[in-house]
Order: sequence, then C-alpha cells, then structure tokens
Amino acid sequence: MATNKFSAAFRRLRAVATKEVRQLSRDRVTFGMIVGVPLLQITLFGYAINYDVRNLATVVQDEANTSMSREFIAQLRATQVVHVAYHTNSSAEVDKLMREGRASMAVVIPKDFERRLQSDTRPVVQVLVDGSQPNLAGVAGGIAMMPLLTRHGEGPYSGGQRMTPRRIEIRTLYNPEKRTAVQIVPALIGVILSMTMVLFTSGAIVRERERGNLELLIATPLGSLELMVGKLLPYVVIGLIQTTIIMIVGSLLFEVPVVGHLANLYAATLMFIAATLGLGLFVSTLAQTQFQAFQLAFLTLLPSILLSGFMFPFEGMPVAAQWIAQVLPLTHFNVIIRGIMLRGADLPEVWPQLAKLAVFLTVMLVIAVARFKKRLD
Amino acid sequence: MNGTAISARQLTRKFGEKVAVDHIDLDIPFGRIYGFLGPNGSGKSTTLRMLCGMLRPSDGHAEVFGLSVVKDAEAIRRRLGYMPQKFSLWEDLTTDENLRFIADLYGVEGDVEARIAEQRATYNLEDLRSQRAGTMSGGQKQRLALAAATLHSPELLLLDEPTSAVDPQSRRDFWERLFQLAEGGATILVSTHYMDEAERCHGLAILADGRVVAEGTPRALMDGVEAHIYEIEGADGSEAPRIIRELPWVHGVTQLGIRLRVLADRNVNDAEAQLDALLHQHGIEAKIERTQASLEDVFVVATRPEKRGN
Repeated sequence: MATNKFSAAFRRLRAVATKEVRQLSRDRVTFGMIVGVPLLQITLFGYAINYDVRNLATVVQDEANTSMSREFIAQLRATQVVHVAYHTNSSAEVDKLMREGRASMAVVIPKDFERRLQSDTRPVVQVLVDGSQPNLAGVAGGIAMMPLLTRHGEGPYSGGQRMTPRRIEIRTLYNPEKRTAVQIVPALIGVILSMTMVLFTSGAIVRERERGNLELLIATPLGSLELMVGKLLPYVVIGLIQTTIIMIVGSLLFEVPVVGHLANLYAATLMFIAATLGLGLFVSTLAQTQFQAFQLAFLTLLPSILLSGFMFPFEGMPVAAQWIAQVLPLTHFNVIIRGIMLRGADLPEVWPQLAKLAVFLTVMLVIAVARFKKRLD
Repeated sequence: MNGTAISARQLTRKFGEKVAVDHIDLDIPFGRIYGFLGPNGSGKSTTLRMLCGMLRPSDGHAEVFGLSVVKDAEAIRRRLGYMPQKFSLWEDLTTDENLRFIADLYGVEGDVEARIAEQRATYNLEDLRSQRAGTMSGGQKQRLALAAATLHSPELLLLDEPTSAVDPQSRRDFWERLFQLAEGGATILVSTHYMDEAERCHGLAILADGRVVAEGTPRALMDGVEAHIYEIEGADGSEAPRIIRELPWVHGVTQLGIRLRVLADRNVNDAEAQLDALLHQHGIEAKIERTQASLEDVFVVATRPEKRGN
C-alpha cells in the first residue's frame, strides 16, 4: 500500500515535470531565454563589468612634438588604455573636449618634456581625468605614475629610446582585465542563475493560476508538494545547462580557470539552484499575476546583486546591509563558487555556506507549500 | 447505488461581507442528472467548488459519497470529475498530451493508452489527437474537457456551465453524452442558465442570491408554479405591457413575438376578466387565453424580487 502510494505520487510528479518541459519547449521566448540570457549576460558583464578601463577617448596636447614625445604617446597607445582620439595645440580645445565629455582623459606634454625627464623635481607630463566617471581616476593615477618612475633614475626611454624593464612592470598594472574577469565570471554564475531561476519559477505557478489551469489542478489528487517539485525539476536541469554555458564562455572568452573539481562545482551549484528555485516558488505564492511575480522577482534580484558581494566588497557594507546579505543565497554562493573555482576548495571547506543554502531552501519550501493550499480561498 | 450522492445542510459561503451561498440544503440522489439553474452570481459555481473541496464552507456542512467535503476532500477528489466553467486544460498541449497528463494525475490504472483511445472515440477527438487545445473551437474544447473529466470514470461529475461557449448542435450532442454517462451509473450535477437544458435534468434546484428558491423535477416545478399564465394575442405594439405590469397581482409580462405572456398571482381568481376589462378600457381588442407554465415562468416567479426578502 505504501509503495503504491509512493509510485502514484511519483507518477504525478513525473507527469507535472513532463508537462512543464513540453510547455517550455513550445514557449519559444522562454526557451530562447534559457540559452540566451547566460550567453548575453556573460558576454555583456564579462566585458562591461571591468575594473580595467580600455580605449579611453583621450586628447593629446603635445607641445614638445619631438621624436621622444611622439614615442611616449605611442607607448601610451600600446597600453590600450588610451585611445588617442584628438590632437590639439590649444589648452582651450582640451578644456572644451573634456567638458563636452568627448574626451575622458587629456595628456599634456610640455615644451620642455625632454629636459624635465632628466630632472626629478618637476612633473614630466600632466594627465587630466574626467572624475565624473567611476574607475577612471584610478586608471589615470596609474598613468601618472609612469613619469614618476624617472625619479628613481630609470627614465622610460633609455638605451636608444627603448623601454626599460621598469616600464613593462607598469604595463602589467594596466593589464588587470584578466584578473577582473576571473573575479567576475564565477560570481556571474550566481547572478545569472538568480535572475533566470527566480523569474522562471515565480512565473511557473502563477501562470497556471492566471490561465485558469489551477482550478482544474486543485480538483485532482495532485498534492501541493508534488506540483511544486514537479514544476521545479525541469528548471534544475536548465540551471545546470546555464552554469555549463557560463563556464564554457568564461573559459573561451575570458580564460577563467576552474581550479577546483567540476563535481564539487556542480554539486554546490545544484544546492544554490535549489535554494533559488525555493525563493521563486515562495514569490509565486505571493503573486496573483505573472506581472506581479516578475516585479517581486526583481525585488529579490536587486539586493542579491548589490549586497551579495558581487558588486561591492561585503566587508565595507553597513551592519544592517550585511545582515540582509546573510539572508540572500547569492551571498553564500559567491563564497562557495569563488572558493571552488579559483582556490580549488573542496566541499567540506565551504560546508557552512552550503548548510546555510540548505536551511534557506527548507524554509522557502515549507512556507511555499504552507501558503499554497489546495483551495481557492 | 442507493442513497444520496450529495447532501448539504445549511451550506454557506461568505466572501468578506458578501454572502455567495446562503444556508442551502441539498439532497441529490445517485445516478441522476441534477441541475442548478440560476443567473450569474446566484451561487452556482461557489456551491460546486465547495462540493469538490476547493472552497471551505463558512458555515454548515456538506457530504459527498457520505464523506465530509472539508476533512475528506482528497478521498472525494479521486472519485469525482470536475469541469470548471472556463476551459482549464492546457492550451499549449495536444489532445493526447492533455489526456495523458490527467490520466497520470488521477492514477488511471491498466492500459492507459487504451483508455485514452476509448475516450477519443467516445468524444469524437480522433482527428484532434495531435492538435493543441488552444487552436480548437469551443465545441471541440468542450468535448476534450468532458473527455478529461470522465477519463478516470468518476462516480460523480460536477459541470460548471459546461455549454456556455458552444453552438446549439454541440450542446445537443453534449447532453446526449451526459445521458449516456448517467445511464452508465454516473451522478451528474450541472449548472446552467439555459432553460431548455434545465428542463432535461431529472431534478432541479433554482438558485437566486445564494439561496435555493425552488426545487423538484422540472415537471413538478412547472405544475406547481405559484402563478397562472395568460397569453394575450393582438395587443402587440400597444401600451398594454406597461399598463398590465402596473397591476399589483402581475408578476411579470414578457413579449413573445406577437403575444404577451402574463404571469398572474394564482390567488387572483378573476385574472382573465380583469385583464380583459383593463384592455377594453384602453381600447385594445385582444384575445386572452390561459396556458401551461414553462420552466422560464417558474424561474421568473421563483426569483422575483418580492419573494427574495422572505
């Protein structure tokens, strides 16, 4: 009898999952999103969320105009940080370009450029930076350090206008792109999964309600838990597919390594997917329409992105924000995934975070199942 | 099977202040087609939903198969087929996929494919096997919905205005199928606002404002109507309807083509003479004749405003 009951429940669960997959495969927009969202987001974020700044529109005012100053400009260009968009001889023109935002940076080379290189009292080159844009000041600070090196007696142009080893050292400062991507891509797994999983599942139950299918479902022997788990299962698989897409793109496009074991990574991701789906399920029991569900999903998404340590360092946040962050699954997943992917951590080493995700999932499921009564009232 | 399939005592459902179902009693025997006749908002759907355990009664209680609709909802559901007013199968799934899904939910045993094939044959769905429900006509959807609701051979079928979105021919076919199901032993509770459908039921309850205002077989209801019906011919196009309506003992005047149908209080013995005199007084020459009550007359009398306050 007990086995009969179990197999009947399993049959219902499998039926719900099968139906969900069928419907998904026929909903072209959603189906496209499963692959499209991670591809688009990782390409977009991978390039856009970049502490390194490249191709800054720059105006050069070269008053020296010697072979050495031209070589200096060529070296600047070679860093790829600077894109020399304008040449001018007038300070007024520099001001105008900066004010209009057509140039983010100005490099002013004085007439006595070569003489200044020899002395170490006066600045050699003046770099003007548009401080209204984030991250630019830091970059320009790096550029401004180039001439400062001459203080230590090793001018950038010695030995027949060739770069010194010191100069190459500075250039590595300007090559943080790779390091940024390495930090960003693992965290992106969590962000993209939060985005798609909550959105998909919060809509899943609400859709049944909105289209009037729920009234029929309620009248059948289908249990709440069977309905919810059956609906979630396909999304677990979808989440794993998305994770794989992100890692492949991360590896191909941004050369992000996976130091830890893939099995660990998938196991931890599975836990995170489950937690996120639980959140989506909870949201779906609050909303009456798909539109409300989407709004609520976004409400959970923003704190996840801002407070989880994805955007800003966790340690720098006020205590209250840290408290909220503790409730967000993404916070814990960020710790787990960076540990596994970049430092090669094993599951036992990220156990506290995994446990928190498990607690989160349990709480969400309990609330969702309790809230979703098999009644209309 | 003997006894009652459904019994309700003082069954009540409130939504906030609004009383949707107001202390109704029901006794519906097995193997019958029983109708709920009433206008929109009379509590038909709410009663059906309480009977299949989807809504909790605010007061009173109801039993289906002798089981409480509150405590034993799960057990009742297995033996019950419910067809909501709005088409509730999945529009992006085909006939076969929908039926297969429902079969799995109800745990239909044995050869499931054979059972589905049987339903396809019965409900003329063979050509629609691979068609998605969303692309079907009203009549096709309704056949599919009934096939789904009867797939697990339920003992009781609750149908909420099943024919509201289909053409007359589909309605006729649908009722043929209901009688076949009833002959097969199923009890059917169907809500409707069509008089002709109500007339085909074995038993009938007329609902208004959440109350059962009349109950019985259609024949008994028509015979027992608390009004005498008169038809007036030759008074069309005149002010006759207005002046007749002003008579205190007239429950209603309906125009049917060239005839006027007057519902008069059955306690007024000289109604015909009074009507004749009134029309003469206004210079209208018309022929007055007493006639049989129809179910619509029963409905009008049962749901007339004066009576509802009682």
